[in-house]
Amino acid sequence: MKQAAFITITNARLVTPDGLREGSLRMEEGRIAALGDMPGEGETVDAGGKLVAPGLVDLGVFAIDKPAFHFGGITRAALMPDQSPPLDLPSRVSYIAKSGKPDFWVHPLAAATRGLEGKEIAEIALMREAGARGIATGRQWISDSGAMLRLLQYAAMLDMPVIAHAEDAALVGSAVATAGEYATRRGLPSAPAEAEAIAIARDLALAEMAGARLHFRQVTTRAGLDLVRKAKAAGQQVTAGVTPAHFMLSDLATAEFRTFARLSPPLRSEDDRHAVREAISDGTIDVVSSGHDPRGPEDKRLPFSDAEPGMAGAETLLAMVLSLVRDEVIDISRAFELVATNPARLLGVEAGSLSQGYEADIAIVDADKPWVVQSAMMAATAGNTPFDGQPTQGRVTALWKGGVPVEL
Amino acid sequence: MTASQTTPHAARYPAGAQAFPHRDLLGIGQMERHEILFLLDEAEQWVALNRQSAKHSDALAGLTIINAFFENSTRTLLSFEIAGKRLGADVVNMHAAQSSVKKGETLIDTAITLNAMRADAIVIRHGSSGATGLIADKVDCPVLNAGDGQHEHPTQALLDALALRHALRERGERADDFTGQTIVICGDILHSRVARSNLLCLQALGATVRLCAPPALMPVGIEAMGAEVFHDFDAALDGADVVMMLRLQTERMSGQFIPSAREYHHLYGLTKARLDKAKDDTLVMHPGPMNRGVEIDSEVADLIDRSIITRQVEMGVAIRMACLDVLTRRARGVEGWGDAA
Repeated sequence: MKQAAFITITNARLVTPDGLREGSLRMEEGRIAALGDMPGEGETVDAGGKLVAPGLVDLGVFAIDKPAFHFGGITRAALMPDQSPPLDLPSRVSYIAKSGKPDFWVHPLAAATRGLEGKEIAEIALMREAGARGIATGRQWISDSGAMLRLLQYAAMLDMPVIAHAEDAALVGSAVATAGEYATRRGLPSAPAEAEAIAIARDLALAEMAGARLHFRQVTTRAGLDLVRKAKAAGQQVTAGVTPAHFMLSDLATAEFRTFARLSPPLRSEDDRHAVREAISDGTIDVVSSGHDPRGPEDKRLPFSDAEPGMAGAETLLAMVLSLVRDEVIDISRAFELVATNPARLLGVEAGSLSQGYEADIAIVDADKPWVVQSAMMAATAGNTPFDGQPTQGRVTALWKGGVPVEL
Repeated sequence: MTASQTTPHAARYPAGAQAFPHRDLLGIGQMERHEILFLLDEAEQWVALNRQSAKHSDALAGLTIINAFFENSTRTLLSFEIAGKRLGADVVNMHAAQSSVKKGETLIDTAITLNAMRADAIVIRHGSSGATGLIADKVDCPVLNAGDGQHEHPTQALLDALALRHALRERGERADDFTGQTIVICGDILHSRVARSNLLCLQALGATVRLCAPPALMPVGIEAMGAEVFHDFDAALDGADVVMMLRLQTERMSGQFIPSAREYHHLYGLTKARLDKAKDDTLVMHPGPMNRGVEIDSEVADLIDRSIITRQVEMGVAIRMACLDVLTRRARGVEGWGDAA
């Protein structure tokens, strides 16, 4: 499906790389043709003074779930290799790369190791040819430091980012919670929060040796964020991400063994939650993603430690990030850097920004529109959200992928 | 003082069903002090009955109780089975090893199946913390937690409290509660649901609780639950009125937590010499099964005037009878407990 005619969105508050500005945006042949003051040419859409922003680029999701992504204003997602079977072969990558088109683009992340077993490096260069935009270790740490170093060296040679999971595997074991009073009260197998900083410290050292670009998909503890902050200050090519759960919730949310709050990494302490918010504010965190992982009752209606980790996050990503704007942690421009510009840059795709010539992935956002998150009413294939029942604000009211309107 | 002389103290808890308003018995954490005392007092009549030669009541005649044990158990299962049978109920045991759980059926489906068979009470043991609560949400009858993961084992804590109360009363103490008593729980605290339930129960009844274990077997943040934490067993025993020993739950351990059983015994084994350094009347408890020569020496376990380990087993049946009786009162239409549903 190609864009048929010009579309001009008028009366918009444009979220541009240079900040908010009033004006219009014209889409032409699937690209952003012009921004600024212009007459309404071709088909005209009046944004009614609402935000017009880049479609979200969701870095590190676990399922392709178009209705949920579209609901959340997400037009591209980088799919984690943790699939069944894992994305560790070029053929699988190539199939996935085409799976969402035309109205949704999937950027596969190549499995760093065969079968995600953390031992043998997978055929990364061939997977790059097949469309992989990055390399991911999956939802686990590569324990073998030698294997991790060789992987990072290889990735540096191919100029591909490595997206790492930061939890020391031996410390974590079969833990499902962060060690502390709440895990102890509930008798849940737990691991110390320091497992994250330990993993980050090693991976930073190895990445520096290898000269590789390293992205930690989720940094969730104060100690881990401090390490990333220092490495950035020292000039290392490192970026960090997080999902809204870790700046909205702490391990208090696991009370009553609620499996929708069973996440990987697990929810942390209140202090760590505050540290995440500070890191979003000061620029230590570059990316906020949904970690979208819809899980039905067969995976979630189980005892806490037997349930699968993960949450359906695509629909709530934007609203939760906009809550940081209302709380004055960040401004609107920075919000869209976190959910669109930075992840697009990391993946090396010309999207995620209202820049001339970029892909016309555009969202009209009513930033104040109130709504209530309802597990039973979600567009996602499963309603496993820890935000069930929570009132929030901010909804996408119109969406275009490559200049073609998406039905919401 | 014998059990029959102890009458329930009506002033200690509200009347009728308000004395125990819960449908299920999931954990000590959900119980108030007066509810614990109520169950202990209710158990006294069953202690008395169990000491007669004809140990039978028809209180629960016609009711079906299912003991659904997803984890192996000998003594707890037997204790619940005897408790149900002495109350006249039809008791059925379901062992996970021979059930459809092995065939991939989910816990919820199993619960729904048991519910459809119209059980009047379900007793559950499961290896995952919170599993019994999950089942309780899906069934219409009372659910009793017989141990869930590392979370709670409420009937064990109640029977321990009852056994301790009896032992103290035999010494002539009032023992309305355990105010002033210092109780040491020593062993694998990390993996122990018994330790958690006992900590909550003993504290609710006024005791000071000391927990003792090497750091690897002590859960992080347990101080926040009000426990005093010790790593030195001799220091923990100083001035202790009661010492409760726990076994090493090697089946729950992944990785090495202690260098050897021999070394563990050296540091944490309850020997006669160690016990002598506590008080001259310190009581010894153990929820079983015991590993003699590891956490407790035979000489100590078998001390007639100090060890109340077999008493604990005896009280287990009475406490479980009390729990089954109280939790089924509403369904049986017992006066003051609401009409039969």
